[in-house]
This record gives sequence, structure tokens and C-alpha cells, in this order.
Amino acid sequence: MKRILLATAVALGVAAGSTGFVQANDSVSQATANSSNWAIQTGDYANQRYSNLAQINSSNVKDLQVAWTFSTGVLRGHEGSPLVIGNTMYVHTPFPNNVFALDLENDGAIKWRYEPKQDPDTIPVMCCDTVNRGLAYADGMIFLHQADTTVVALDANTGKVVWSVKNGDPKKGETNTATVLPVKDKVIVGISGGEFGVRGHVTAYDMKTGKLAWRGWSMGPDSDTLMDPEKTVHLGKPVGKDSGTATWKGDQWKIGGGTTWGWFSYDAGTNLMYYGTGNPSTWNPTQRPGDNRWSMTIFARDVDTGVAKWVYQMTPHDEWDYDGINEMILADIEVAGKERKTLVHFDRNGFGYTLDRVSGELLVAEKFDPAVNWATHVDLKTGRPNVLPQYSTEHQGEDVNTTNICPAALGSKDQQPAAFSPKTKLFYVPTNHVCMDYEPFKVSYTAGQPYVGATLSMYPPKGESHMGNFIAWDAASGKIVWSNQERFSVWSGALATAGDIVFYGTLEGYLKAVDSRTGQELYKFKTPSGIIGNVMTYQHGGKQYVGILSGIGGWAGIGLAAGLTDPQAGLGAVGGYAALHNYTRLGGQLTVFAVP
Amino acid sequence: MKARLFFAGLVCALLSAGPVLAADDGKRLEDGKYIDKNDEPTYNVKEDGTVDWYTYSGFRRYHSECHVCHGPDGLGSSYAPALLESMKPLGYGEFISVVAVGRERVTASQTSKMPGFGENVNVYCYMDDIYVYLMARADKAIPRGRPRKRDKKPKEATAYENECRDGK
Repeated sequence: MKRILLATAVALGVAAGSTGFVQANDSVSQATANSSNWAIQTGDYANQRYSNLAQINSSNVKDLQVAWTFSTGVLRGHEGSPLVIGNTMYVHTPFPNNVFALDLENDGAIKWRYEPKQDPDTIPVMCCDTVNRGLAYADGMIFLHQADTTVVALDANTGKVVWSVKNGDPKKGETNTATVLPVKDKVIVGISGGEFGVRGHVTAYDMKTGKLAWRGWSMGPDSDTLMDPEKTVHLGKPVGKDSGTATWKGDQWKIGGGTTWGWFSYDAGTNLMYYGTGNPSTWNPTQRPGDNRWSMTIFARDVDTGVAKWVYQMTPHDEWDYDGINEMILADIEVAGKERKTLVHFDRNGFGYTLDRVSGELLVAEKFDPAVNWATHVDLKTGRPNVLPQYSTEHQGEDVNTTNICPAALGSKDQQPAAFSPKTKLFYVPTNHVCMDYEPFKVSYTAGQPYVGATLSMYPPKGESHMGNFIAWDAASGKIVWSNQERFSVWSGALATAGDIVFYGTLEGYLKAVDSRTGQELYKFKTPSGIIGNVMTYQHGGKQYVGILSGIGGWAGIGLAAGLTDPQAGLGAVGGYAALHNYTRLGGQLTVFAVP
Repeated sequence: MKARLFFAGLVCALLSAGPVLAADDGKRLEDGKYIDKNDEPTYNVKEDGTVDWYTYSGFRRYHSECHVCHGPDGLGSSYAPALLESMKPLGYGEFISVVAVGRERVTASQTSKMPGFGENVNVYCYMDDIYVYLMARADKAIPRGRPRKRDKKPKEATAYENECRDGK
């Protein structure tokens, strides 16, 4: 009864704009517990992207139709998804990061809009398109982290700015593409710019005022990384003093990368937030000897203090740009006959990791794409990948072109989030099936300028012509259960529902629904532009809807628009080398589906 | 910025002092770099596909600094235009100027902004390299992908690279 009352209070609070009586933590938990809402980008704090709604299900999804559409007015890569809280939908756009509140009670009329003015100089320091992965809601406010790193809290009812704060400096290459984590009395945010030598951090701001509460850097002395040399552990062992500088040459950690542009999850049971850090800067490994801790690392931090409880570095001394920022999905599953509180993560490096999220113990690390070849396996005791010298761009050296490395720099999977169904206990993972040549060379650092230092070309694995797979994964055994081929990388976040179906989008622009147990395709519809957004669902007026943003772009639009380089011939793109721009064009549209 | 542009001009001027190997179309090799009849840098592709050093170097620099917006092989992306189509109308002088100072385009549906690379030695010291590579692509003189064979790096290229990078 109390739950229902609170949920109602949240809905009323949004409508009335008065929410002081609901605590932040509760407002998010209650809003996400009500399946009618889509209250947080990741579906819930656990990042499961699962909905209890079952009105649309495996028997009737074939009858799905477009219910209504909305043009965002911006032609850029559209990542993330809209939110729905009660009777209002909140839609965001890529740069300039406009926000629209749509009244679901009034045919989607625009209740308010927020249109920030941002310096266009921000655009070229965003490495791979001006995407934004969406809004968050808590305590009657909508939170947006703009491209120029302005974090802004908007009154959910009026769109008025409650507070705003600057989290970084685009002149140094610091930008933002990620959503934020509203938790308890804080809003926690990350930062982008790994290709500009930006040193990454996560920062907690007071939810009511925007005042800085704590900042935990990815590298630096213990006072920066918020690590306790004795209590913070890496696979059960204390990290030791200043572990964030100890594996770097000189002052290189100051431009060390490890940016935090991915997703955040939170477990109220451990009071920890979980996220990953990106590549160390530069892409030329010879220039930065050492393990480069704590780039490429899964972090578990206390949300009240920011102190790291445990870390796990997946790719020490990166040589391929395998950022570790992909989502950390929290799920309770049985591993080796024992019920475990796990964290499951599909890394860019092609390994699917299952860890104990309380202790940080590594339980499973297996390849989720059979093409992955840069390492034979991951040692579960040391956590280190066994790297093959022929695919090591450090071993091959500067100015040498190392060939046929799988996966490519865009990873076996990028930020596009996977889903977990508690019904099937399976993870549904959008993947890339692309390999590369990689040639590192010397570069110099200039503040605010690209700091890359490698040339690469990408192509599908030898003898194959498809560039993506959509797979179901058993995280207990580390095995693929079923796998659907896709012409292009699957760059859209998945959604699993109690209706025994899984949704995802494709780069050609299809929204697809497949059977959650078999992967059999049950429905597809081609939207106006390629999909790099994430599928969401909500219920309004007793009816279930499914929403998806279209708008090609992001890394996918840059890397695949013209088609991949065919190493065999210069005879024009065929099959797997097909150009994405022959299938779809720029766009910016929300499409909402329902069964009539 | 001004000093850098001046420097680029100086390099061109210096090159013309070296030994000259003229061809029918006026293309000649000066200090390891091919120069066309308009005294602008150009590419050279031999019958067996061997490219000159600068074209190869331009391929590398392009795919480090430029392709994250302009797509692989100069073919464009959903984010920035295909340079193969804009190279010829642009010309050498304007190319150097746009790379050095940047460019902004605003339309109803989007704002495009290219940064200036005049302070970035990873780009600035290789502008001719990137130019001749893109011209070779625009003229369809080389296919997509990494050039299979290349000439050795001329000692003048190493000398210029060191001077340009250290002179920053």
C-alpha cells in the first residue's frame, strides 16, 4: 500500500512540480519499479533493460504497428532513448542537446522545451559524433549532461533550470556524451575525451544544489583516485600506495585517458556504483610503458564517499583501443552451482566477464564472439589476458602495421547496452563482428587537440561477410546460446520483456523483435534512419508502447557509412564491405509502436 | 597561426632549391617530394602501384587525425563530408588554410564545425602529406586502403619532420 501511495505521489509530484517529500533514492526506485514508466536510461539501477510489461508478447508482436512519431529536428547520431514518467515523455537530441517534454495525455503536444546555447567549438572535440545518451529523472527534476560538460537540473514540470554546473573544459578536449546516475542525494556524472589526452573521472554533485560532493579520478595519487592502499582491492589483493601512478612513466598519467563515457549501475545492497574506464592515451602503446592503471578498469565505488572498494583492470597496457566503459549489468544468477550476486560485462576486448559484485572476484571470462583472436584466454587468478605476440601492436612495434586483429578498435561490442531477462536468465547482446589492421606511431600532446597516434583499417573477419551478430549469452558458463547474423554491427541497445521477446534496432533502420528463447525473428519495421538508439517501453492509458530513436551516426556512422576497406581488392564494396550510406541517410525521429 | 602558415610557405620555397627531375607534365622530384607544374606538392604512383613516401605518410596521418570525422579513405561519414569530392574545388592554398584555421557551417538541421590544426604538430607537420594522399584518392590514382608498396622515406622528409616537431 505504501508503495502504491508513493508511486502515485511521484506521478502527482511531477504534475504539480512539488516533490520535496520524496527522497531522491526512493523517487528513482519507485519510478522504475512501476513498469508503466521508463524512468532511467538503463531501465533500472541494475542496468537490466528488462520490462515486466507483457501486453506485447511473442504471439501478438507480429501485429505491431506505428502508433505515433516525433521529429527531433536534429540530423545527427541519436543514442539513448526517451524517458516516460507518468503522463509525460522526455525526449533529448544530440548536440545542441535540446529537450522536449511531450504530453501523452494530449497527443504528444510539447509541454516545454529546453534549448541550450553551446559553443560550436565543442563539436570538433567530440571524437565520434555529437551523440548524447540521454536524460535521467529524480526528485521531480530532469538531469541532462550537455556536450560542453554543463550538467543541468530542469524542473520536470516546467523545464526551468533549477541549477547548472560545469564539469569540464571543452578547450582541453573535455566533453560529454553519457547519461548521469541519479542516486540517493547525488547526481553522478562521467567525462569524455580519451582521444584528446583527457584524464578521466567520475564526479558526484549534490542533487538539490549542484554542489560538488566528490570526484574520483581514473589515475593519479590515492587522493585523486579515492583509493585506500590497504582496503581497495584488485582481485582480492590490496592495490598498494598510489597504484594510479605506479604503473605509468613519469607524469604521463596526467594525460592518461581512462575517461568515463559509459553507463553507471548501482546496487543498494552494497551501496556501490559500478562503471568502466576507457583507453589510456595515446593509442601508441610504445609511448606509454606500464599497465597504465586504472584505465580499462571496472570500478566499484561507494556512492556516498566515492571511495573505491574494488577494481579490476581487464586490458592492462591497452594496445588496441579496447575501452572498458560498456555497461555493468547486475544480476543474481547461479554460477558453478552457487547463487551469486554477479556483475556481467561485455567488454570491447571481446570477453564477457562475470564477477562477484560484492567482492570483485572474477568468476568467468569467455569470448562472446568466436572471431576474437588478440588473446587466447583470461587467467582467472591474475585477471590478465594471454596476449598473442602476432596481434600485439606493442610487440610488433611503432611504424609496423599489425594485421588481422579481432576485434577492431570499435570492439566486439561498444556502448550499445545489452539486456538481461530474469525469466530466461539470459543476456541479449548487440555485437560487432569486425577486425582491423593497426599501426601505431609517435605523436605529441597538445591540449585540446587529438592525441591518437595510430592508423587503422577495419574489415569483417576473414571469409565472412556480415559485420554484426545479435546473441543470447549464458553468463554462468560463458557460452553463446543463440546468435543471429546482421549485415552491419548491431549498434542499438536491447530491451527484454516479460512478453518473451527481445527488441533491438539495426544500422539500416529496422526495429526488430525476436523470441527470447530461440532468437527467431517475429517482427521488423524499417524506420526513417539507421538506429543507434536504445529500445524502451512504457504503458499509458492501459496500453503498452515501444519507442525507438532513429538517426544514424556515432562511431558506427563514421566507420561504416562509406563501407569498410576490402583488403582483398579495390574493386568496389560488395557483401560485407557494403556502404551503410547505401541503406540509410541522416535522420532524427522517435517512432512509437503499439499493437492495435 | 601566422608563423605556421609562413613556415609552410618557406618549406615550399626551400624545396625549389634542390636538384630537379622534370617530366612531360611538368611534374618533378625535388628533395624527395613530387611537385607539379603549378609548384604545388603532388603524388606519384608507379606502374607497379608503388607510391611516393608522402602519399604513404599522408595515408597514415589521415587515418590517425582525420578519419574519426571524415571517414575511412576520405569517403566521408554521417558526421563530416567526403573529402574526395571537395579536394579539387578546394585547391592547395585553401586546403592548407582550412586545415590550419578550421571552418564552420550552419544549416537549419545541423551545425558543422571543423577545428583548426595550426597548433597541432601531428597534423601541421604533415599537411603536404595529407594533401597529396587525398589528391591521389580524389584522382582515383590509388584504391581504398593501405598502399601496398611505397618508396623509402627521403632523408629530407626526416629532417623536415624533426625540425617541424621540435620547432614547436
